Amino acid sequence: MSAQTVSRNAVPTSPIPIDEIDLKRHPKGVMRWVVLVVLGILGLIIVAPILLLVMDAFKSNADYSANGPLSWPEGFSLEGFKAYMEVVNYPRALLNSIVISALVAAFGVVLSLMSAYAIGIGRIKGGTAMLTILLLATMVPQEALIYPLFYGAQATHTINTVWSVIIVFTILQAAYGTYLLSSVMSTLPMSLLEAAALDGAGRWRTLWSVIFPLVRGTMSVLMVFFFIWTWNEFYIPLVLLSGQDSQTVPIAIATLQGQNAVNVTAMNAGSLLSLLPTLVFFLIFQRTLTKGVTLGAVK
Amino acid sequence: MSTVIEGPAIAPDNPPAEAIKAKGSRAVSYWLYLAPMLVGTLIVVLVPFGYNVYLSFFHWKGGLAPMRFSGLDNYKNLMVDEQFWSGFVNSLFMIVGIVIIPTILGLILASSLFDYISKQFNDTVASVLRALLYLPQIVPIAVAGIIWSWVLATQNGVLNSVLEGFGISSLPDWLGNPNIAIYAVVLMVMWLQLGYPVVIFMSALERVDPALYEAAALDGAGWWRRFFSITIPQIRPEIFVVVLTATISALKVFAPVLILTMGGPEGSTVVPSFYAYRNFFELSKVGYGSTISTVMSVLIIVIAWAMLWFQRRNLTEEA
Repeated sequence: MSAQTVSRNAVPTSPIPIDEIDLKRHPKGVMRWVVLVVLGILGLIIVAPILLLVMDAFKSNADYSANGPLSWPEGFSLEGFKAYMEVVNYPRALLNSIVISALVAAFGVVLSLMSAYAIGIGRIKGGTAMLTILLLATMVPQEALIYPLFYGAQATHTINTVWSVIIVFTILQAAYGTYLLSSVMSTLPMSLLEAAALDGAGRWRTLWSVIFPLVRGTMSVLMVFFFIWTWNEFYIPLVLLSGQDSQTVPIAIATLQGQNAVNVTAMNAGSLLSLLPTLVFFLIFQRTLTKGVTLGAVK
Repeated sequence: MSTVIEGPAIAPDNPPAEAIKAKGSRAVSYWLYLAPMLVGTLIVVLVPFGYNVYLSFFHWKGGLAPMRFSGLDNYKNLMVDEQFWSGFVNSLFMIVGIVIIPTILGLILASSLFDYISKQFNDTVASVLRALLYLPQIVPIAVAGIIWSWVLATQNGVLNSVLEGFGISSLPDWLGNPNIAIYAVVLMVMWLQLGYPVVIFMSALERVDPALYEAAALDGAGWWRRFFSITIPQIRPEIFVVVLTATISALKVFAPVLILTMGGPEGSTVVPSFYAYRNFFELSKVGYGSTISTVMSVLIIVIAWAMLWFQRRNLTEEA
């Protein structure tokens, strides 16, 4: 934390609300509308590709090639979706994605809790070294692990099964989770533990009845993040899940890229289908995602 | 993180039985809680990484092909490999598109939303705008790549159709022209990244004492003055975190290149991670791919460590 450079008590709080002060400078308040419009346009530019994608996914092929991407659809066509479903087993990919992301989120959070308990509460020797290793694990680029993992997955026959990816990402996500939960736990008052010890609670009971309730909030945010990070992963699933039956939603569409067998409207429909689950997830957990982003950012 | 063990302050004259027992078993039982993570990290990170470093000293085509020890050959070849160095220059482009522009723009946007829009209109307007900017962050990166290859397509692409609407006749061949393809990738990663600093900075601003802004406004400080004198100094820790994490992700960029350009045209958009991938799975030069990824890992760790050290030194100087 940077030191406060301004001493607080020297600042008189203003009796006038701040917007009135600003309004004095811009009597007509025109400026605020200009700023709003500029920001609004920027926001629209950012979401424009997604909005256009939704519109174009329902165009027929003929309509798209005749009128381009910017015109309103001539009719409501499901051609693209049908074509996409013919080349990709979308329900299967969706199921794979859900299974992988949900299991990684659940396993990852439990693993983070256990490891953080040992480091943050147990203060075991070498805890700091362990945290350093875990932090490095989150930084190492995936291409530095991929070939040995690919090789190991072949040797253990887990390649092209969801298990290879579940094991890898549970560990990679829990590395971050352990780091974060350890720092949360190290701020907990020691008196809680003493009280638990006086009550005769063992390690296991202390973890679940004293510590867990206190870090539950952080854990649920972590779970949401593990789920969405795993869902969006690309490099490792691309290599470990090349088979049709084990592909995740993003991999299924990425492998079609550049193949002439699939036309633009089918790709758009596929993109929309691949985007939909994360969009739904985003709307449900919007608050958690935008608030939780700062998790562990500043200690 | 302090690792100083503060012994429980239990009165020594009447210690509970549990405390005495715990002293003996402490070292053992906490290790049990860490064991699964230790084993997992060994299997998934440490052993593969070690093996990757080991492979970088060999020539190997993968699979059942013979492994021939080659010492530092791969490293020597890499140092004079033009494709690697141009990939490195492309990494600098990624730093511009992921670190520099989004962080500066994100600061201005977060501050506008927090210190202007929220106060001039209301929090809902600011939240909606924030959500719009954050949306690309949750799009799966593979899907984002597909969307952008459609946006940037030369024929009937969204961007060129818009340019055509403005009456521009010589439409750029975004993904086919070696001179501009890298800018197309930069455009996409900027779009992906922008929401992240905005969200982090906005929640950082919530912990700043509003009295600071009010006093500055009373003293007649305009928005820009408040931006430079209050916003930036107050949220420096978050700015540092954003720059650090964004730098690491800039050096790791892979999916946008694979999906948008496949490293082309004429290798003009190859980045190191993609070059390693190509050596592993297309060119069957596993040893060489390992060398590239080892060099990149060391580079990322050194940069991260240097940034953290620099940050810590600044803090101690201030204190």
